[in-house]
Amino acid sequence: MRRSILLASALATTLALTACGSGEGTAGGSGDEPADDAASATAQASGSLTVWVDETREAAVEQAAAAFEDETGVDVELVQKNFEDIRADFLAQVPTGEGPDITVGAHDWLGEFTANGVVAPIELGDKAGDFIPVSVEAFTQDGQVYGLPYAIENIALIRNTELAPEAPKTFDDMIAAGEKAGTKFPFLIQSDGDKGDPYTYYPFQTSFGAPVFEQNDDGSYRPELALGGKAGEAYATWLGEQGEAGNLSTDISYDIAVEAFAKGRSPFVVGGPWMLEKFGDLDLAVDPVPAPGGQPAQPFAGVQGFYVSAQSENALLANDFLVNSMSTPQAQTALFEAGGRPPALVEAADAASEDPLVAGFREVGATAVPMPSIPEMGSVWSFWGVTEASIISGKADDPAAAWDKMVSDIEGSIG
Amino acid sequence: MSRARYQGAVTGSGTRPGAGFAVKLVLVALVDALGVFGVLAAWRAGSWGILAATVALLAAANWVYFTKRSLPLKYILPGLAFLLVYQVYVVGYTGYVAFTNYGDGHNSTKEQAVDALLVQNERRVEGSPALPLTVVESSAGDLGFAVVSGGEAEVGTADEPLAAAPGATLDGGVVTAVPGWTVLDRATVLQRQDEVTTLRVPVSADAADGSVRTQDARTGYVFQPVLVYDEAADTMTDATTGVVYTPNDEGQFASADGETLPVGWRVTVGFENFATAFGDDRYAGPFVKILAWTFAFALLSVVTTFALGMFLAMVFNDPRLRGRKVYRTLMILPYAMPGFLAALLWAGMLNTSFGVVNQVLLGGASVPWLTDPWLAKLSVLGVNLWLGFPYMFLICTGALQSLPGDVYEAARIDGAGRWRTWRSITMPLLLVATAPLLISSFAFNFNNFTLIKMLTGGGPRFDDASVPLGHTDILISMVYNVSGLDGSAPRDYGLASALSIVIFVVVGVVSAVAFRQTRKLEELS
Repeated sequence: MRRSILLASALATTLALTACGSGEGTAGGSGDEPADDAASATAQASGSLTVWVDETREAAVEQAAAAFEDETGVDVELVQKNFEDIRADFLAQVPTGEGPDITVGAHDWLGEFTANGVVAPIELGDKAGDFIPVSVEAFTQDGQVYGLPYAIENIALIRNTELAPEAPKTFDDMIAAGEKAGTKFPFLIQSDGDKGDPYTYYPFQTSFGAPVFEQNDDGSYRPELALGGKAGEAYATWLGEQGEAGNLSTDISYDIAVEAFAKGRSPFVVGGPWMLEKFGDLDLAVDPVPAPGGQPAQPFAGVQGFYVSAQSENALLANDFLVNSMSTPQAQTALFEAGGRPPALVEAADAASEDPLVAGFREVGATAVPMPSIPEMGSVWSFWGVTEASIISGKADDPAAAWDKMVSDIEGSIG
Repeated sequence: MSRARYQGAVTGSGTRPGAGFAVKLVLVALVDALGVFGVLAAWRAGSWGILAATVALLAAANWVYFTKRSLPLKYILPGLAFLLVYQVYVVGYTGYVAFTNYGDGHNSTKEQAVDALLVQNERRVEGSPALPLTVVESSAGDLGFAVVSGGEAEVGTADEPLAAAPGATLDGGVVTAVPGWTVLDRATVLQRQDEVTTLRVPVSADAADGSVRTQDARTGYVFQPVLVYDEAADTMTDATTGVVYTPNDEGQFASADGETLPVGWRVTVGFENFATAFGDDRYAGPFVKILAWTFAFALLSVVTTFALGMFLAMVFNDPRLRGRKVYRTLMILPYAMPGFLAALLWAGMLNTSFGVVNQVLLGGASVPWLTDPWLAKLSVLGVNLWLGFPYMFLICTGALQSLPGDVYEAARIDGAGRWRTWRSITMPLLLVATAPLLISSFAFNFNNFTLIKMLTGGGPRFDDASVPLGHTDILISMVYNVSGLDGSAPRDYGLASALSIVIFVVVGVVSAVAFRQTRKLEELS
């Protein structure tokens, strides 16, 4: 009996092996056996690169990849991922060796990536000078550059020129112009319910002189909170007043803001270049965000770029691809056309600035500060947003006290 | 007698394999093909655990389907295999992670952490030029770099510092030939890229001058390591300050005065995660509130959906009602909608200022459906009622239709009224059929992450904003927030796993007790 089981299993396995025999034959040549013929030697030498891209940028990266493939004979495989998933997946998969060689990403992931040892530095060399300084700065930590930047994004004030022909100088000007236009909302700024949206509100905050962290001279941040004190309290008080006056509301989500502006229900919206495609044929202008406080209103600059995995087995190829193929004006322009964010390469950015709206965002971006990429930033967002939301909605009776509580909570969380 | 006949049918009297055997052989061959493919793939990837598991499953499958002794296993095995892979393994792995410090800063193995620390702390020597670089090989087979420095060619290897190579040929600022060295072509360089990227060629005999390395085999830069790893002693030394870092129990390199290097690795930490879960006084207060709400939510969800579902089922079970089929189909519609989509839609409809409910149904009122603690809870229950009653409606309809008519007739003859009939006959019989489903519905709602996440996101937040939790958070969404999986805090998979295990135990105990209770119901009938 036992022998018959063995026999039958052997028969089944043999059948199985014969069935996949043809497949084995083709696969075996490239991987396992020592290659002795010329054809497989090149196949082995050329190697392959795996690149994670999001849907928007896939086509643009594909162009650059095709050129790189032609030049070097390397096989570049693009894997499409949701941009939101990349951060966590990269962190989880790089240590297992299943991660990509290269991934697209945002610069504010850098702190987490280096703390977990999943990214390798990139030496841009003299090419660093070809990029807009803030873009390389954003990918710099401790003097090392960890990403090849390709786009800079920041928010600004988008104005419907039909409803408001003049750019407002101050926040009060803007509200006055908005009320004069007779639209439903004097101006629009998005929030995310009771979670708030400190990213979009940040220009207002900086105008009161309360940046989130202390900045070093080279533009990098150190983990010392700067958003407290008198300046922060003044901002909190202002938020409370404006919330009460109805100029700010936590009920206006991104979708509501975009839809209302597109339908001409407000002359102003605070937002980024990603909104523009929704606004169709409106006549628009892009201006700096008007400052309610005494100092300039500086938005956050977010920089997008490519990271190289610390566990890449093709590090040489990956660096070659990024430094020599993705830093060309053609590649950066293609990425701009796909994603709509102004390019990080000066030459490509100049070309893109022919569009007055892009130029407008770039002009505002010149005053922007990079979003902090230090790991401590992760502990800030949630407290920050919730507190802002509770002040605006009037749930916090004393804005200044709520703000101080937030500062001490964040300090407790950073430890 | 019957056993003998059955055996004969299966084996074709043992000697002549019939058509059935051939079919079985082909099917098992297909399974084996898949298994062998899996084994080979695991072999190539070096995943020994998966390899062993695949081999074991494959052997089990072959034994089960070719032996005559295991008829029940033939039916159970596929389900058992999936149970092992998708449930037991997952629970086991979660249990394992619960005892480690896997999370931000402890993301990978020690080896990788060391690599990462070294690579992050190798700095380009300030002001050093970019050197056009060619990868060369000496006659002895050592890899080396030929660089152009100040218009002159220099060659060196890991052991020999860069030295002038007078006879070298330069073309376009790049070395193309060096006497005594072979210039490697691009294909060979790529083939040996590991060696190329790890090669460090000292600039001079003095190590303090740094060494040349390249990332793309086209340009070299002079680098200087800041951290040096001593493999034998297992310590990191800061080359600039001389501070020595030794590995500690937390999976980090720490100096004598307690300063740690940023990148750590995964180690087992015993019950520390469980201690944090229950010992952190920041979470103690919210935890009790959330636990109470979780039970209330799960229980009320089951009760309300069952009540509505049963009521509708009884109404539509009445033969006097016309067009029952149409109504029944309409009733099932919410069930046909993906839960997360429905939750998102409801979140929009319940928006205080712009939602349909306030704007249209309540004529412009501003009821804070999702931002007032109690109303938010009510909204969550309401939306879950809308989502869940069709399921209860379906199972109650099924159960009602299978109730015996003669019992009702007997009740009527005994003079029982409608209420009495419902209470003493319909309800008990209905519960016998549906109780197990109610228990599973409770377990489902206990962990109904999608609804909470999509509808309220756990909000409105507790007034004490020091924890990222809110009034409608249930245990599973609390785990998600507290362990930083939503990005609002440093990620801590260890803590998340520990809390998940706690939830698993709670749900398991509740279900076990409830199932025990349902046996009493069965005794009734």
